[in-house]
Amino acid sequence: MKEFFSMGGYAWYVWGSYGVTFACLALEVFFLVRRSRETKT
Amino acid sequence: MKFFWYSSPQTFYPLAGHIARACWVIAALLTLAGLYIGLLVAPTDAQQGEAYRIIFIHVAAAWMSMFLYVVMAFWAAIGLAFNTRLSSMMATAIAPTGALFTFIALWTGSLWGRPTWGTYWVWDARLTSELILLFLYLGFMALQASIDDPRRADRAGALLAIVGVVNVPIIYYSVQWWNTLHQGASVSLRSSPKMAATMLTGMLVMVFAFWAYAIAAAMMRVRSIIREREA
Repeated sequence: MKEFFSMGGYAWYVWGSYGVTFACLALEVFFLVRRSRETKT
Repeated sequence: MKFFWYSSPQTFYPLAGHIARACWVIAALLTLAGLYIGLLVAPTDAQQGEAYRIIFIHVAAAWMSMFLYVVMAFWAAIGLAFNTRLSSMMATAIAPTGALFTFIALWTGSLWGRPTWGTYWVWDARLTSELILLFLYLGFMALQASIDDPRRADRAGALLAIVGVVNVPIIYYSVQWWNTLHQGASVSLRSSPKMAATMLTGMLVMVFAFWAYAIAAAMMRVRSIIREREA
């Protein structure tokens, strides 16, 4: 498990990529839902 | 198939809702599968170690960034030529998601470049043209946002989008036309893939996941745009 998270010493690069990517997608979904709610009322 | 029936915003609206719902589910399932293959099943790369695992999101995001731009410019051009409201709305709806994938491609590429090339950024042809793509998306969005009349905003944005299309083949062929640090295509239609089968599978699954995500996001956004404009 610890080995998995260390990514052979490339943890910052690999998790930095995956983390930011999915944070961005989650943020877009948040804005989409908010805009959708605002326009529906 | 009543194809043109759906060219009106009112008739397309419920269909877009169905497509969005289906694509959210597909995107979620494919993302889980892609992450499972990419992070747990795919073997460690002989040269790059674990750092290569960035490929699964980097390539998928980079493909989407270019593909979405072409689709956006296509709908913008149709809207400009035939004055169809929904076409222009589609272009507007795609832009933010395209910009997002362009940013992700640049960000993950940067984090991949550091361990493999020794630098986060270099002004080489592939990286620079992809950065220009990001500016084209942002310029399109800013231009449309700066014009109050939506129909005029559609036309102005369409011109920018159409002119900007020239950048897409430049990005794609940049690795052949110039001496760049960026590697050439690992996957193309004309030759067999230059990578292991599990790696390729993981990558393609992520491509389809991002594809479904982009469709879902664009459909959801176009519904909001229809509500805002046609209310």
